[in-house]
Amino acid sequence: MKNTLNNSRKKNMPEIRSQSGELGRVQTKYYNMPEKEVFKLESGAKLGELKIAYETYGKLNGEKTNAILICHALSGDANAAGYNGNASRPGWWNDMIGPGKAFDTDKYFVICSNVLGGCKGTSGPNSIDPSKGKPYGLSFPIISIADMVNAQKVLVEYLGIERLLAVAGGSMGGMQALQWPVSFPDAVEACIPIAATYKHTAQQIAFGEVGRQAIMADPAWNGGDYYESKAHPSAGLAVARMIGHITYMSNSSMEQKFGRSLKKKELGFEFTTEFEVEGYLRYRGDSFVKRFDANSYLYLTKAMDYFDLQKNGKLHLAFKGVNSRFLVVAFSSDWLYPPYQSKDIVKALKMNGIDVTYCEVSSDYGHDAFLLEFKEETKLVKHFIDNTFKKTGKKR
Amino acid sequence: MTSKRKEDLRLDHKIIGELIAPGSAVLDLGCGDGDLLEYLVSVKDVRGSGVEISEDAIYKCVEKGLSVSHGDIDSGLTEYPDSAFDFVIFNQTMQQVEKPMDAIDEALRIGRKVIVGFPNFCDLKSRLQLFFGGHVPVTPSLPYSWYDTPNRHFLSIKDFIRFCGDRGIKIEKNFYLSESGPVRFMPNLTAVNAIFQVSKNSC
Repeated sequence: MKNTLNNSRKKNMPEIRSQSGELGRVQTKYYNMPEKEVFKLESGAKLGELKIAYETYGKLNGEKTNAILICHALSGDANAAGYNGNASRPGWWNDMIGPGKAFDTDKYFVICSNVLGGCKGTSGPNSIDPSKGKPYGLSFPIISIADMVNAQKVLVEYLGIERLLAVAGGSMGGMQALQWPVSFPDAVEACIPIAATYKHTAQQIAFGEVGRQAIMADPAWNGGDYYESKAHPSAGLAVARMIGHITYMSNSSMEQKFGRSLKKKELGFEFTTEFEVEGYLRYRGDSFVKRFDANSYLYLTKAMDYFDLQKNGKLHLAFKGVNSRFLVVAFSSDWLYPPYQSKDIVKALKMNGIDVTYCEVSSDYGHDAFLLEFKEETKLVKHFIDNTFKKTGKKR
Repeated sequence: MTSKRKEDLRLDHKIIGELIAPGSAVLDLGCGDGDLLEYLVSVKDVRGSGVEISEDAIYKCVEKGLSVSHGDIDSGLTEYPDSAFDFVIFNQTMQQVEKPMDAIDEALRIGRKVIVGFPNFCDLKSRLQLFFGGHVPVTPSLPYSWYDTPNRHFLSIKDFIRFCGDRGIKIEKNFYLSESGPVRFMPNLTAVNAIFQVSKNSC
């Protein structure tokens, strides 16, 4: 039955969709909170306006049981897969999302939205404050990972979905994935945090603070009020991104990629970009400022620093009453969110008798591995989701 | 999940499969590719999970739809509450962990019953190789050379029975396997593998 269905479908499909296909062109859609509603934040502050940029791939089934929410990391956006508009590069997790891929859009309805506080279409410091008619800047309230998740819940409900088949994400996206079943114990069938942590440690906060200080030390930052001026705090944001990038790689991946290679043949004995690694970081920093807002960087890193799922200092208490199964994935060379933090999550889940699968993928790529080791991730995620979907079918 | 047929199982897996009550909660320590767990989940309808140190084996288990944790047994099973499982399976892995005594104690804490399977180091073939060959035994149940063996501890059936006696561990059931099948006669000489079901002595 299934085979004949697939075969008949294949006939009508364009050639690129055979086997692991591509989504092709995709577009961003927008949710706008109805007027007079307010969105409450963890801090107690309220937003009178909430806009959420999101993309969806695949089709929602009749029972609405095949929806998967993908949560993006610090620099990501709603364009998780496919080519948005005229973009020449696909979405940030295109290797994982698409027909026949780990998040199989032939079977599942995949949603990805830009986070609250982001700068890619969802309400954040660079969006227009309706009361003032100009960008919020620092008057945008401080947001938390839980606030991001609450905003996603609004969107998911708007799409008519009561219970997500899965929520998945890497890094900051993994924090959101973890927050989901904690905030909404009955709204998630399966949770897939990848290269994530349940709290920022002192070291992680320290890196966040250095990035923020780099931005704030840039005179063009101007207390967050720069949207209407010519100069943006690009130098500060670029430095913040450079620091970030160092934490995303591993000593061995940097050594393999750059070593001590020089851009020129010899040392120039001058303060220019001489080493390849310097050039790479500069390039990464410079390309980042073209697509990211400095204030948004402040807000999102702050939200990550605030993130701590523990209750009374105990993580297992956070998962009490959670009604989801988990696939926790860590990477051996990730020193930003080291595997021990994922193991702590696994332990806390087991203490609650929660069904969990854990894999530490051996990789040299450091934290960035969650974007690069897609073959290994696919082996885990694809089967885990298929199996979860089968199990939910049996339950009904 | 492909449903496993009993006939396809390894003999030791078959015997363990017989011991496990349907619908029970099972933890397989060192579950490998998950063949036994898959059988138990699909045929015996158990709530099964495994612990496994090999990354490749984890992928195979996940492909089979099993819940498994990547890690080593020695680093602890502290996260599991007391009596969390009806059965803890410790098959062909006990002799490979660093501290088998601690691991068995932990297994007995988290499982009501523990099934231990291990290769018998003192079967006739091994003894002959040791005595006449003058070398460390290499047999079908102990197939490794001294330099590449994952086994850290070498024990006989007699050793394990004595260990249980000393530690106040109750032996509920025992099975002895020769290369050709189950044996009862002089097992410490005739069996190459042993399977015990043990529990904590209530007294």
